[in-house]
Amino acid sequence: MKLLLKGGHVVDPVRGLNGPADVLVEGERIARVGTSIPGDGASIVEVPAGWLVVPGLIDMHVHLREPGQEHKETVATGTAAAVAGGFTAVACMPNTEPVNDHAAVTELILRRAAEAGQARVYPIGAVSRGSKGEQLADIAELKRAGCVAISDDGRPVATALLMRRALEYAGMFGMPVIDHCEDSSLKADGVAHEGYHASRLGLRGIPAAAEALMVERDVTLADVAGAPVHIAHMSVRGSLRAVRAGKERGVRVTCEVTPHHLVLTDEALEGYDTNVKMNPPLRDLADRDALIEGLADGSIDAIATDHAPHHYDEKLVEFDRAPFGIVGLETAVALVFDRLVHAGRITVNRMIELMSVNPARILNVPGGTLAGGAPADITLLAPDMPTTISAAALRSKSKNTPFDGWTLRGGVAATIVGGRLVYVNPGAPGAANLEGRRVAAG
Amino acid sequence: MTAEALPVAGTRSLRGRHLLGIQGLTQEEILLILDTADAMKEIASRPIKKVPTLRGRTVVNLFFEPSTRTRTSFEVAEKRLSADTLSIATAVSSVVKGETLVDTVLNLEAMSPDIIVMRHSSSGAAHLVARIGRSHVVNAGDGLHEHPTQALLDAFTIREHKGTIAGLKVAIVGDLFHSRVFRSNAILLDTLGAEVHVCAPATLLPPAIGRFGVRATTRIEEAVDGADVVMMLRIQQERMHGHFFPNTREYFEEFGLTPERAKLAKADAIIMHPGPMNRGVEIASEVADGPYSVILEQVANGVAVRMAVLYLLAGGGEEQAA
Ligand SMILES: [Zn+2]
Repeated sequence: MKLLLKGGHVVDPVRGLNGPADVLVEGERIARVGTSIPGDGASIVEVPAGWLVVPGLIDMHVHLREPGQEHKETVATGTAAAVAGGFTAVACMPNTEPVNDHAAVTELILRRAAEAGQARVYPIGAVSRGSKGEQLADIAELKRAGCVAISDDGRPVATALLMRRALEYAGMFGMPVIDHCEDSSLKADGVAHEGYHASRLGLRGIPAAAEALMVERDVTLADVAGAPVHIAHMSVRGSLRAVRAGKERGVRVTCEVTPHHLVLTDEALEGYDTNVKMNPPLRDLADRDALIEGLADGSIDAIATDHAPHHYDEKLVEFDRAPFGIVGLETAVALVFDRLVHAGRITVNRMIELMSVNPARILNVPGGTLAGGAPADITLLAPDMPTTISAAALRSKSKNTPFDGWTLRGGVAATIVGGRLVYVNPGAPGAANLEGRRVAAG
Repeated sequence: MTAEALPVAGTRSLRGRHLLGIQGLTQEEILLILDTADAMKEIASRPIKKVPTLRGRTVVNLFFEPSTRTRTSFEVAEKRLSADTLSIATAVSSVVKGETLVDTVLNLEAMSPDIIVMRHSSSGAAHLVARIGRSHVVNAGDGLHEHPTQALLDAFTIREHKGTIAGLKVAIVGDLFHSRVFRSNAILLDTLGAEVHVCAPATLLPPAIGRFGVRATTRIEEAVDGADVVMMLRIQQERMHGHFFPNTREYFEEFGLTPERAKLAKADAIIMHPGPMNRGVEIASEVADGPYSVILEQVANGVAVRMAVLYLLAGGGEEQAA
């Protein structure tokens, strides 16, 4: 079965494409991209004017909560949220119950993902058994079962020795170690960025140094081990400094930031909305501006959502008792378009590098390009479409977002995974001619 | 209730439904509360210390953190205004059984209280209650955040002695980091035009203190020098052996208000403390009991100020109209 996307604006940074082109899909793969591809025998989709056709977006940092906390999210609801957010693939963190530290959990997640038939799921295994920071998890077994990286996300790899061993050992299998960088003793019982707002609101602070110190350590250890380290959800300028210095001297370090750290600052704490409580916390303006600069100049490799679903009741408590984290899959594209692309901070080409090309490269997974032979994972974006975020309308099981009611410019029009049209945004102008071709989940 | 029995001026009122903090109050609103407290204080000097202002109204005192002093002060204020009161303390509350704050409040709200006076160990807890419920909420101290009625009674006491607050040098010394009294006072005193100097060990200065509109130092002599008002803050026993300072003896030597240090203040300076005091830790007994101490007046004024707040939130307008 052939599908021809006709007349879109194709952006593929890997192949240097940025202009009108047709994309021909054969079965589950891209056949070719070019101008005026003949339609013979293909089912033709006329891509509405103004839409972008890009390599499927990849979110390299999400929490799907299954197994163990299915009241917050399941693999099925999480991947439905992913495709609605334009993501054709997600990498899920291992802090499930039980922790994804052995093959049985990995296999369960992959089975659920196949059953759901939405986005691709790449499990991330634990660094240590139970993510307790003591013994290494069964890393080779995790790799064989399908894990693409290891991380104790939610917790830092506390000791330098364990981090070193993890880098050396996982490095043998070409798996990066993804670290949640935080010095626990400095963080103490902090719940918000240590700065003026938390200080006046009487919220205990998490200092910027708690993160930057750990990033410095990891860069040093990655250098020692000669193996790749990836810094999760980086939030402060001190960390960025450490990453830049590492890159300059050839250390294999990469890093990601979340849309919320690029859009909000700790000023959002006023009012004590627990939907602005995340870890790392929202930082100050200078940090946010430094991160945006790092996106533009290439020091930052990826935008990842750290999609962290929590049940309504769990967030409807005192600020210091609420769990950290917000959902992100369905708000990322609109936020990035509106606040970064339309604001002139990054180009669309850079956006696709950050949200597709680089995550694929860092995790060594297929995708990130529309080259012939690549999986037909394609995202259709409508850069000028007004998007109003409605927490109630999210496909994620959890609605914990601080962006409820925001109207932004730009959004997701449709999502194709393995040649199957799995999501069409009914609100996208011109979407009607796609809807009929949507493939039911199965 | 006639205007004569409760001589509170005119048509001024508070804009908000709640008193969650000093943050957000205008200078006019603060002065309205202080002026109203003047009238309330007169009631305490009558043979029968009771007015019917809040008759038929229900006030719930919801204390999730022990505080005999503040709770008693509110209860006396409520009784003098003839409110029906109900006090719930942590030990008997359902929180120990795992019920959430939200559930506790929704259950109370089902009984239609008019005002909830609330003390809680989490900053922002009063804001949460104000958001979910229908009652007026008075924050009686939330975590490390604010304790607005304490700051108001401090201001009331200062004004009684000095006539005004604008232009005074006020020194606040002690555990600023953990102090909601400090946070409320910093905003209030700044709003009314005082010059606030604060002093604490570097470990107990709140982060970003430079943006609080106060001048910070780690030398008590500098803070107290030439002050019109010296406000000492409590060092909390449970924190003494943390990483904040080595021991209480050393604390007193470096930061305690000794008679010698008190002499650095203006000759007519007043000495304040929100209580309960640790004698010989943050303040020497000679100073605490000395002629310039107004510590017990603060306690008396607390009742008048709390009456004023309750009156303005729930009784004011309608009683005036009646
Ligand atoms: Zn995470």
